[in-house]
Amino acid sequence: METVLTTHFANERYRRLDTYRQYGGYEALKKALAMDPVQIIDEVKKANLRGRGGAGFPAGVKWGFLPKDLSRPRVLVINADEGEPGTFKDRVIMTRGPHLLIEGIAISCFALRAHACWIYIRGEFVREAGIVDEAVAEAYAAGFLGENILGSGFDLDVTVHRGAGAYICGEETSLINSLEGKRGWPRLKPPFPASVGAFGLPTIVNNVETIADIPWIVTHGGETFAALGVEKNGGTRLIGVSGAVNRPGVYELSAGVNLKDIIYEHAGGIKDGKKLKAVIPGGSSTPVLRPDEIDVSYDIESMAKIGTMAGSGGVIVIPEGTCMVRSLSVLMNFYAHESCGQCTPCREGTGWLKKIVGRIEEGKGREGDVELILDLCDNMMGRTICPLSDAAAMPAQSFIWKFREEFDRHIGEQKCPYGNRF
Amino acid sequence: MPTLTINGMAVDVPQGTTILNAAKEVGVEIPHYCYHPMLSIAGNCRMCLVEVEKFPKLQTACSTVVTDGMIVRTETEKVRKAVTGVLELMLIHHPIDCPICDQAGECGLQNYYMKFGLHKSRYALEDKVHKKKVQDIGGQIVLDAERCILCSRCVRFLDEVTGTRELHFFDRGDHSEISIFPGRPLDNNYTGNLADICPVGALTSKDFRFKCRVWFLKGFDSICTGCSKGCNVDAHFKGDILYRLKPRWNDAVNQAWMCDFGRLTYKAMNEARLLTPIVRVEGARKAAAWGSLLPQVAYRLKEAAEKGGPDRVAVIASPQSSNEELYLLRRIATKLLGTRNLAFTHRVAGDGFADDFLIQPDKNPNSRGARLLGIPFGAAFDALVAAIAGGGIDALLLVGNVVGALSEEETAALLAKVPVVVQVGTNEGPVSKAATAVLPSASVAERGGTFTNHAGRVQRFRPGFPARGKAKNPIEILVELGNRLGAGWTFDGEASVFRALAETEAPFSGMTYESIGMFGQEI
Repeated sequence: METVLTTHFANERYRRLDTYRQYGGYEALKKALAMDPVQIIDEVKKANLRGRGGAGFPAGVKWGFLPKDLSRPRVLVINADEGEPGTFKDRVIMTRGPHLLIEGIAISCFALRAHACWIYIRGEFVREAGIVDEAVAEAYAAGFLGENILGSGFDLDVTVHRGAGAYICGEETSLINSLEGKRGWPRLKPPFPASVGAFGLPTIVNNVETIADIPWIVTHGGETFAALGVEKNGGTRLIGVSGAVNRPGVYELSAGVNLKDIIYEHAGGIKDGKKLKAVIPGGSSTPVLRPDEIDVSYDIESMAKIGTMAGSGGVIVIPEGTCMVRSLSVLMNFYAHESCGQCTPCREGTGWLKKIVGRIEEGKGREGDVELILDLCDNMMGRTICPLSDAAAMPAQSFIWKFREEFDRHIGEQKCPYGNRF
Repeated sequence: MPTLTINGMAVDVPQGTTILNAAKEVGVEIPHYCYHPMLSIAGNCRMCLVEVEKFPKLQTACSTVVTDGMIVRTETEKVRKAVTGVLELMLIHHPIDCPICDQAGECGLQNYYMKFGLHKSRYALEDKVHKKKVQDIGGQIVLDAERCILCSRCVRFLDEVTGTRELHFFDRGDHSEISIFPGRPLDNNYTGNLADICPVGALTSKDFRFKCRVWFLKGFDSICTGCSKGCNVDAHFKGDILYRLKPRWNDAVNQAWMCDFGRLTYKAMNEARLLTPIVRVEGARKAAAWGSLLPQVAYRLKEAAEKGGPDRVAVIASPQSSNEELYLLRRIATKLLGTRNLAFTHRVAGDGFADDFLIQPDKNPNSRGARLLGIPFGAAFDALVAAIAGGGIDALLLVGNVVGALSEEETAALLAKVPVVVQVGTNEGPVSKAATAVLPSASVAERGGTFTNHAGRVQRFRPGFPARGKAKNPIEILVELGNRLGAGWTFDGEASVFRALAETEAPFSGMTYESIGMFGQEI
């Protein structure tokens, strides 16, 4: 099947500008610079490109939120703060094809009439930031960034900015605060970043993968891109499969691929011939699925229909013999650690969830703890400025809804039936 | 004007009004912690969640601006569960130290728990996150991180009002706390306000700490006497002792704030007070009775004026006096004693520190009033002091506890030149030690009247409780003194004096206590 991003990723030199250009790199930029910016945005709309960061918001529509008047400079911010557990696709783009991102940035900024772009890279991505930095320097040297790009009169400055290691900074307004040197707290909306974003300027924040898709869309046209996927979900997605599969890794597949096929065909099925127990389909925040639920198209709407999300494309495969309470406990530790502390329900709720789930796993669960978790989740969902509270509550709810008997057994027997191991 | 329907009641509100403020207009209470009318919107406590039709999620009333046709509900089951849920989460780590917490009785957590909570704790005691208690963070403030609900009001106050930014958030999740950077304590003159805006007992006042349970306190409207700004204050007392001053809202003067110096001015109304008339007999101070001392004082003043001529008598007025008192004093001096030796000074000991916010260089509440009432000052005051020093004065009527910026020694030396020194004062000080007769005066907390602030705003202060000891309202003292000098006054209290004053004094023409109202009136 046709691939958009990973076509040349096997070639280790693809990250260098010369190799990237041998494969036709930056031709899309040349084409774009000759186009009307409005035309480029139209192509992106036609492409049905959905944001790849997790929420799946249509990219073309998001771009349309910028104020019409050009009196204030606009900026593009790339969200490369890939921190969702189970998600490791942007990292592959940045290490294997950083110029896809940079070319995408140049085209997008031209379309958005932005002259400044920041790439906000997760603090832990030291090596990745180095590679992107090098690629940006190459692009500047070759005249693809900087002043008067390719003689078009279009100027663009790109700055690589490393985060300081907080999951919450993947949330776009938190990312903007962090970029400005402030504490990484999500902002109250409105105003939305499109009107008041980074440094008070109209700002578009896009995920790495979203922007890396742009050169292909310009080259082949939005409709061609859309046709690679399914209705409302254009193109391909990078899907990271981790956990107990024979071939874990990142796969570029149609946005409408079947989840079961991702696991059994592309990732080679469950390791050691075991049976499948559960799948977290789109990064750790997304509600867990039982094996009987995974015969479903991986597009955003189909996943929503069964009460979960394709999220950031991180499929976590859990095999039989795994303690679901222990698994949830690991997740709850993560969210309690990463809650920024701003809103009461999340600040206190994530910590409380961690403690309740932790004590159930330790064999100290109490009568009524399961109901308490569910009630607590209800008090956390949709009650906060950003979705981190929901991100912690969704797995907790779904683990209980779908694997209730394991929780009850832990409490009833006052021990972990799996012997406190994975 | 958009129309909002809240709990079935339609209300028109100005463009830009938030749901929370619109609700307040029609008497619907929406609970909140982080919202403060004088600070930016944070929206992080999540207590003010309400149901807004067409919005799938509950919305924060503090940040959501009313749009036309908006339908809001605050009493649904969904809202109730959300509010109690948030409250429960706020309380899970909160120490139950209400019995020793100064905030008890005026605590946002106690109040909303009684109103919306009343739940049993579902949180395991051993799971509580403990944070540092009793931290001296500088200024007038003690921080108890464990009681903090992280509403960020204090952080925003220091960001937006003082601009000094000493408090910050540290750490994350349920270990989040506010604190200062090590070695960088609160460093501004408005720290006391932090205890006021803190909705819980996290930031308490060092001065008020453990002094009194707040439910024993009563309050009255007063004006700070610390400088000529005239910050509106709520004075809190028990019996005849003042415990604290808190800023009272007045957008035209002090907004919702007051400075740290002003906040402590109440102490002078409790300590070292003159509580009984005193007469000096052969160098020794002796308690006297009003009934005998006042006629004696009047006689002495009259005698001096008659013997040496009116200009052998002098009157020193005080910018700490009310407009009403100054008006009576001027009439006593010019009409009854007939002396030209009347003056006041705004000068006091100290550096006259001022800033560009509330603190004024003039440390008196009513210098402007004294000037408007035509009482000479400046060079006239210096000339008067020179006359006294030169032995040209036989009797002096002096209102106040100090003579301008003179030191205790200078005051003693100066007053030693005058055979008869009659003081109307509130506190022991250089003047009371040197005076031949002391007429003890009610403090600002014990009397009523008006001050004119530096900008010409006439503001009322009211009595909280009767004058302590044998002290008397200075209006009463001056009226009686005037009558003994032949005035024939029938004034009964400050209101009647103000009516007379407004009739004859042009700057105050047309003013009444009613027109001055709660927030004052400009000259």
